[in-house]
Amino acid sequence: MALPLHAEMSERIWYYTFRTLCGMIFFFLIFPILVMFPLSFNAEPYFTFTPEMLSFDPAGYSTKWYEAFFTSGTWQAAFRNSFVIAIISTLISTFLGTLAALGLSRPEFPYKTAIMGILISPMVVPLIISAAGMFFFYSRIGLQGTYIGVILAHAALATPFVVITVTATLVGFDNSLLRAASSLGSTPTRTFFHITVPLITPGVISGALFAFITSFDEVVVVLFVGSVNQRTIPWAMFSGIREQISPTILAVASILVTFSITLLTVIELLRRRNERLRGVSAA
Amino acid sequence: MATSDTKANSDVLTTPDGTPLKVALKRTLWHRKRNALLLVAPLFLFVLVTFLFPIFDMLSRSVDNTALVEILPNTTALLAKWDDSKGELPGEEIFKSMVLEGQVAAKEYNITKVGKLLNYKKSGMSSLFRKTGRKLKRFDPEKLETNYTDMLLGIDKEWRDIEVWQVFKRQSGIYTASYYYSAFDAKMTANGLAMKDENKQIYMTLFVRTLYMSSLITFLTVLLGYPIAFLLASLKTRTSNLLMILVLLPFWTSLLVRTSSWIALLQKEGVINDFLVGIGLIGDDSRLSLIHNQTGTIISMTHILLPFMILPLFSVMKTISPSYMRAARSMGATPFTAFRRIYFPNTVAGIGAGGILVFILSIGFYITPALVGGTEGTMISNFIAYHISNSLNWGLAAALGTILLLLVLALYILYDKIVGIDNMKFG
Repeated sequence: MALPLHAEMSERIWYYTFRTLCGMIFFFLIFPILVMFPLSFNAEPYFTFTPEMLSFDPAGYSTKWYEAFFTSGTWQAAFRNSFVIAIISTLISTFLGTLAALGLSRPEFPYKTAIMGILISPMVVPLIISAAGMFFFYSRIGLQGTYIGVILAHAALATPFVVITVTATLVGFDNSLLRAASSLGSTPTRTFFHITVPLITPGVISGALFAFITSFDEVVVVLFVGSVNQRTIPWAMFSGIREQISPTILAVASILVTFSITLLTVIELLRRRNERLRGVSAA
Repeated sequence: MATSDTKANSDVLTTPDGTPLKVALKRTLWHRKRNALLLVAPLFLFVLVTFLFPIFDMLSRSVDNTALVEILPNTTALLAKWDDSKGELPGEEIFKSMVLEGQVAAKEYNITKVGKLLNYKKSGMSSLFRKTGRKLKRFDPEKLETNYTDMLLGIDKEWRDIEVWQVFKRQSGIYTASYYYSAFDAKMTANGLAMKDENKQIYMTLFVRTLYMSSLITFLTVLLGYPIAFLLASLKTRTSNLLMILVLLPFWTSLLVRTSSWIALLQKEGVINDFLVGIGLIGDDSRLSLIHNQTGTIISMTHILLPFMILPLFSVMKTISPSYMRAARSMGATPFTAFRRIYFPNTVAGIGAGGILVFILSIGFYITPALVGGTEGTMISNFIAYHISNSLNWGLAAALGTILLLLVLALYILYDKIVGIDNMKFG
């Protein structure tokens, strides 16, 4: 969309105004995320830039909030809980979600819209309602305040993402590949592991990453279904912001952003691989 | 006859083992259908048990009144038959049942529960039942002097108040609509449904505020998202992929991370205020209050939800061929006319899709308003949470939740009509 040489004055003005405007919106999008990195190295317990920091005085900077994070028992326990809960619930939701997506993608599947609607309902219902419902029900059956309760709740919340991602991978799936395998004498099991699995793997992995992020970032449900023993990172941040606000939260936030940049890169690479495999990225 | 029979038989195609092809095909199809269903069944059951059932169970609390009926079964049954429009106190029979059942309930420490439930409808009921319960525990029916009516009136003269009995009667069914009345700021009186006093109408204000804030946030995301999506869609793929990172990074960043960074930016001693004071735009004593109010909620939620608007808009704009615009220009349209008459109408579906998505997400928001909303920037979800964990008025929480859920489902059906669930994508 480069500006042509014959552009009129008004077009030139509009072109640069529009670019500036977009630049400002991009700034609005990204600034709140980037600003945390310098702020988390603040030597003072404030949420803002101190005069020392602005004059680039080394005394204004410190890594003590990172030390606080790595030495605090509460934060370390929260970190462990987040990973344990996210990994197990990801395994459950990926397994169940992939199976369901395989079934849903078959052309002969009956009542597809209705069943799909039910399966993705955990993504649609406002979190506070899910949290309240699970709180009452899990309390009654004795799962409130247990790891199992939180893991089941998170698995339920994450399955829609797996179902949708894997179903999307299967949309471009060429069924004649399966017929070709059968006609060449392959058993259904062999066909599944040698043809279907390699083709859907990228979709399954990105679905699993979505499921992981969903659980790792979730706070409302864990606040209601969990107890202090299941305190996760988002929970610790939530109560940290409410009670004693300290730049440790910004240090944790910076670590999380680094983490999500890594995940984002992985997903992007997988997406490219998937497109290459299906031969649609030629354009 | 015989010839036509043979002819018909030879028409029916059969598989090698002699079954008619139609039957065999039907059977195969049925097997495939069953296999497909079997694959979906585990997840279906899982979602049903861990998710859907708990939600229905919780929402049913909004009409559930069995607690009261279980504690005082006979009294509630009698009250249901009592005619409260005459303005007279109930008869001796009801008083007797109230005293006897009340005594059992008091000994099991249940009578205060009744008082608590009725106190939502009329203040003072809780203390009346607590006091009555205390006295009833020590009461011996053998030593009754006159009758049960006088006895109960002797405990507390509040029982003489007909309104107490009217409130009680209205709560004597297994189901109650009273939580919904409360959720709409109405109450049941002897003369039918009436709105509460203007200054007590908190929930209508809250719903209106939630809808207003969500609409404003949706509007702001369209306003900010449209130019970005337009730019991304019109740039070369290499450049737009690079700029897309600036949209995807916030999208992938934890909600709490973004909320806490907005706290750092917006607070009184925060980055934005410091900057404005630093460049001399505002005085040190007149720092802006950008947080713990509606402004804070709206700014941070607009930021959080902006990617949800940009991504659908971008995918719609990607499909609009640039030759449309070129054709319009070549036929003499000014850039603005070409945009207004050709480009914009093609993007309306994208605005609709992104708009509904942002709106659905924002009316259910809880965390961000709770942290940056103060009192005037909170939304309906925050009140539901408050009634569940603080006031313990679960019936009202369930009623508010049901209304919110119905609203979201209606919008979601609309979304499905415009976009289709199958077309939903992430990232």
